Amino acid sequence: MDTATTVELKNKTILTSTPHVHSKLSAQKAMWLVVISLLPPLVMGVIYFGLYQLIVVLAALAGAVMTESAIKYIRKQKVTIFDGSAVITGLLLGLILPPGLNPVFAFIGSVVAIGFGKEVFGGLGYNIFNPALVGRAFLQAAYPVAMTTWSTPAMAVDTVTKATPLSLFKFEAIASKGGVDAMSLFLGNVGGSIGETSSIAILVGMVFLIVMKVLNWRVPLAMIVGLLLFSGIFWLIDPTKFASPIHHLFMGGFMFGAVYMASDWVTSPVTNKGIWIYGMAISLIVVMIRLFGGLPEGVMYAILIMNGFVPLINRYTKPVIFGEEK
Amino acid sequence: MSKSNSPINDFMNGIWKQNPIFKQVLGTCPTLAVTVSVVNGVAMGLATTFVLLFSSLIISMIKSLIPNQVRIAAYIVVIATFVTIVDIVMKAQFPELSKALGPFIPLIVVNCIILGRAEAFASKNTVVRSGFDALGMGAGFTLALLVIGGIREILGSNKLFGFVVLPDTVEPMLIFILPAGAFLTLGILFGIANNYEQKQKDKIIQKAIAAERSAKLVTVPAAPQTETEEA
Repeated sequence: MDTATTVELKNKTILTSTPHVHSKLSAQKAMWLVVISLLPPLVMGVIYFGLYQLIVVLAALAGAVMTESAIKYIRKQKVTIFDGSAVITGLLLGLILPPGLNPVFAFIGSVVAIGFGKEVFGGLGYNIFNPALVGRAFLQAAYPVAMTTWSTPAMAVDTVTKATPLSLFKFEAIASKGGVDAMSLFLGNVGGSIGETSSIAILVGMVFLIVMKVLNWRVPLAMIVGLLLFSGIFWLIDPTKFASPIHHLFMGGFMFGAVYMASDWVTSPVTNKGIWIYGMAISLIVVMIRLFGGLPEGVMYAILIMNGFVPLINRYTKPVIFGEEK
Repeated sequence: MSKSNSPINDFMNGIWKQNPIFKQVLGTCPTLAVTVSVVNGVAMGLATTFVLLFSSLIISMIKSLIPNQVRIAAYIVVIATFVTIVDIVMKAQFPELSKALGPFIPLIVVNCIILGRAEAFASKNTVVRSGFDALGMGAGFTLALLVIGGIREILGSNKLFGFVVLPDTVEPMLIFILPAGAFLTLGILFGIANNYEQKQKDKIIQKAIAAERSAKLVTVPAAPQTETEEA
């Protein structure tokens, strides 16, 4: 047991390490700004898929907050639910679940997201993988049927289970028949996860985050540039077989992943050069999974895979210290 | 090492103190692969225990006859003999179980627990002690597989020992009968075991400090070391 006496340093010069310049933007404030920025996709999701989706999102939210509090209580640490990070994880997870999912599954997903995605690594700031995506990956493996049952927007009359644009492209070769209407993809009036279909709502959130300086604009930009580049190459090779880059951009969870998932402060590289490598690599994996993999969508796995590479990217993009020779 | 060299102590070592799964982290491949149900896990554990017991006994008996340079090869021959017996008996008597366990029965030959105990214990100790050590290790391994198999079977297929224990309304989490679930379960159990061990250690240290204070001794109590042999 460490019984070393603590030396008190009253009225003495306080020595601190760099940085000495502090931003007014605290982690806590940033977290709540992200929560605000998540409202447009949530609202659009509820409009398109019905009020029931609010229950799914709230279940995920409750699971995240309760798990965080419980773990902090058990480990006798300060309960940190008010810093908003658990709220974000819950909201993010809720928004990337399929509409009409059993709320119990959403709750379990959140428990896993916080418990195994974040707290086992030591809590906020120590997690290697994006917690919400860990939760979703768990649900995908635990309940594969429920997690791939997509309902179309309920704005018409009733909720109907139908394939997402991505699975249309993947399994029904729709590219040769003219594809899906790009405008409805942009607005989000298609099948998909609760918060991911409406690209316009996500763009609103993105602009808000960039203006508030919470989001490093390089992350979404690198991913978008990478996606347009890699999917564009295949589209130029055979437009009747592969979807156009614009479709790829607005289909599935790409925009949501680029803005809210890949840009997570904790699990993305610290250097700008590293962010470009990270973003482009995510897009490359997304295109590979979408075009040649067994699954219709690969944004979740692409981001999780590249999360694992972040320490390596950080190491190899370390800037040269001023005065040091290269 | 344990203070007394009694056979009972050797046996108990394998159950918890040097549990092959939770403490030595040996033989994790069969642990992760076959524990989709309790029955499979226990069958694997018993098969391994059988091989472990007889190979330990034989190796301990002939240890002075084996030249040091070829000892591993000699151990493998002994172990492979018993694995072949297990494999053939299982195929004849429990064909379904044999099919479920698949290649993992023949793979007992290269199971690190068996070779580890042969190298670390049986080749250095008497026949009686080796036998009890093998039984303890086998029991520890079987218990670990039982626990892991139980957790995975309940969560992954709502069953325990093949009987339905959870109502239909609870949808089974498929992940727990997939390899990912095995890693999750094993990781959580490792965490719990380590946490328990740490608390026990802390208690001992606290006690020692209290005793030291009351006796006003200057000596610092040495931290108790985990007993792990080279394996």
